[in-house]
Amino acid sequence: MPKISRKTIMIVLLYVGVVAITPLFSKAPFYRHVLIMVGMYGLLGVAWNIMGGYTGLYSFGQSAFFGIGAYTSTMMLVKGGFSPWIGMLCGGILAAIVAAGMAYPTSRLRGPYFTIASQAFARTFQILMTNWDYVEGAIGIPLPLMPDTWRFMQFKDKIPYHIIIFSLLGIAILVCYYIERSRTGYYFRAIRDSEQVASALGINTVRQRIIATMLSAFFTAIAGTFYSQYVLYIDPESVTHHALSVEIVMVAAVGGAGTIWGPVLGAAILMPISQYARAALGGAGRGIDLIIYGVIIMVIALVRPTGILGFFQRERTIEGEGGDDIGTTVTADTGADDAVRGSLGQQ
Amino acid sequence: MNIGLMQALMSGLLMGFVYSLIALGLSLIYGVMDVVNFAHGEFLMLGMFLAYWFSVLFRLDPLISIVFIIPILFVVGVGVYKGLIKRIIGGTRISQILTTFGLSVFMANMAMFLWTPNYRLAERFLTWTTGDLPVFGVHVGIPEVIASVGSILVFAFAYYLIRFTRTGRAIQATSIDSEGARLVGINIDNIYAITFGLGISCVGAAGVLLATFYYIFPYVGTFFSMIAFATVALGGFGSVEGSFVAGILIGIIESLGGFFISPAVKYAIVFMTYMVVIILRPATGLFGW
Repeated sequence: MPKISRKTIMIVLLYVGVVAITPLFSKAPFYRHVLIMVGMYGLLGVAWNIMGGYTGLYSFGQSAFFGIGAYTSTMMLVKGGFSPWIGMLCGGILAAIVAAGMAYPTSRLRGPYFTIASQAFARTFQILMTNWDYVEGAIGIPLPLMPDTWRFMQFKDKIPYHIIIFSLLGIAILVCYYIERSRTGYYFRAIRDSEQVASALGINTVRQRIIATMLSAFFTAIAGTFYSQYVLYIDPESVTHHALSVEIVMVAAVGGAGTIWGPVLGAAILMPISQYARAALGGAGRGIDLIIYGVIIMVIALVRPTGILGFFQRERTIEGEGGDDIGTTVTADTGADDAVRGSLGQQ
Repeated sequence: MNIGLMQALMSGLLMGFVYSLIALGLSLIYGVMDVVNFAHGEFLMLGMFLAYWFSVLFRLDPLISIVFIIPILFVVGVGVYKGLIKRIIGGTRISQILTTFGLSVFMANMAMFLWTPNYRLAERFLTWTTGDLPVFGVHVGIPEVIASVGSILVFAFAYYLIRFTRTGRAIQATSIDSEGARLVGINIDNIYAITFGLGISCVGAAGVLLATFYYIFPYVGTFFSMIAFATVALGGFGSVEGSFVAGILIGIIESLGGFFISPAVKYAIVFMTYMVVIILRPATGLFGW
C-alpha cells in the first residue's frame, strides 16, 4: 500500500470541492443533468480505461456489462423488492463473473481481434435480452415509483444523484490510483506494451487480463444500476445498445487512455457537446453529436493517440521491431499528473 | 427432406454469396495493409444509398447503376485511403481502431443527418427482376438470386484481378512482404490505394445488390460489419478463398439457426459461432494456415 502523500490529499479535496461547487452555478435541471452525465460517462470511461488504457484490451462491448448492472438491480427491485444498493453490488458482482467468462476464452486475442470479439459478445447479449420474456424483452421495464428515499435511490431532485454518481466516480478513481501504483498496475501496463515480453517475464497474462476485465465490468455495471435508477426506465435499446459501447471508448480515448483523469476530462468535454447539441437541434439534429464525436476521435487518433491529456505529457517513442501488436508508442509515464509521477519517483 | 428446411438452406446459401463478397473486401484490406477496417459496413451502407439515389433521381435499376457505382466507390475508397488510412498504416493498433471506428461513427451519423433514419428500398425498373423462381420445389425470390449471382460475378472479377493481373501480383507481393515488394520496385502507396479502393468497391457492390430487397437505413452498416468480421474470422484474416467458403457457411448457419431455433436470435447464433471459432483457432480461422 503506497503512502498517502500530501498531493493525494490535495487532489481529493480539490475533487470534492469541484464536485460540490459545480451544481451551484445554475439551478436549471438541464445543466445539472449534463453534470450527472459527465459523472456517469466519467465512471464508464474510467472503468473502460482499466481494460483499454492500462491493459490494452480495447473493449467495444462495455454495453453488455452496463446492461447487466441495469437489469440486475431493476429485476431485484421489481421482483424481490430489494434496495437498488444491494442490486448495484449484485449487478457488479454478476457482471464481473460474466466478464471472467468472456475474458478467459478470449485471452489469446489481441488488438483488433479482441475488439471484434468484445463487440460480438455485446451484440449477442443485446439480442438475448431483447428476446428474453422474463425481463420483458424489447418492451422494457419501467421502475416502480417510490417516495424520495436513499434506501430506494429515487429522488425528485437532481442533487442526490449528483452526489451519488460523483462519489462512485471518486471511488473508481481511487481504485485506479491504487492500481497504478500497485504491482497489478505494472502487470497491466506490461501486458499492454507487449504481451509476449510480459509473459516471458513470468507474468500470468491470462490471469491479469481476467482481473482487468472483471474490475472494468464491475464499475461499468455499477454505472448501469445508477442509470436505471436515474432514468427509471430500461430496455435493451437504451442499456445494451452498441452506440453506448462506442461512446464509452470515445470518452476515454478523447481524454487520454491510460491516464487516471483522461476519461473524466473526456466526459467533461464530450458530454456537454452531445447533450447540448441534442437539446438544441432536437429531432432535426439526429446524429449531430455523433458526427462531431466521429470527427474528434479521428483527429485525436491521427494527431495524438494518447488523447488530450497526451498533449500535456512528454512523449517517448520506443523503436520496436513491430513484434508486439499493441504498438510502439508509449507515453513517458501513464500517470496523469505530477502526484503520481512524484510518488513513482520516490519509490 | 422437409420443404421448410430446403427453403432455409436455399436462402442461406443465396445470402451467403453476398456475405462472401462483403468479407472479401475486409479480408483483402487486412491481408495487404494490416488494417482492420471497422468502417467496412458503412461503405456497404453507402453503396445501398447510392443505389437508392440512382433509382430515385435517374430512374436507374440497381442492376444498371451498379456499373457506375463500383467506380464511384473505388474513387471514394482511394480518397479515404489518401486522406485517412494512409496515416495509420504501420501506426499503433489503438490509433488504427479508433480512426476506422471514428470513420464508421461519422459515416453512419452523417447518413442519419442527411437522409433521415427512414427505412427505404431501391426501386426496380427491370420488371423481369421481380417475383420468384421455383427451384427444387422451393420458391426463391428473384432479387435474392440476382444478388447472389451478382456477388459471385463481382467476387470472380476481383479474384481474377488479384490472382491473374500484373497489379494483382503486385498486391499479393505487398501482402506477403511489403518491404520486399518495395525493393523490387513496387509503389507500395499505389498498391495500398488500389487495394483499399478494391475492397470498398466489393463491399459497396454487395450493398447495391442488396438494395432492392434489404432495407436501407443509416445504421445498416454496423450490423453488416459484425457479419463481415465473423465471416473473415471464420475464413482466416487475409484469405481470399477462405472468405468465399466462410461467407456461404455464415449464410447457412444464420438461416438454419433461424429455422431450428428462432428467427429473432439467428444473428446471436452467428456471433456465437464466431466466438467458438476464434476461441478454437484465434489467428487463422477454419481455413487459414
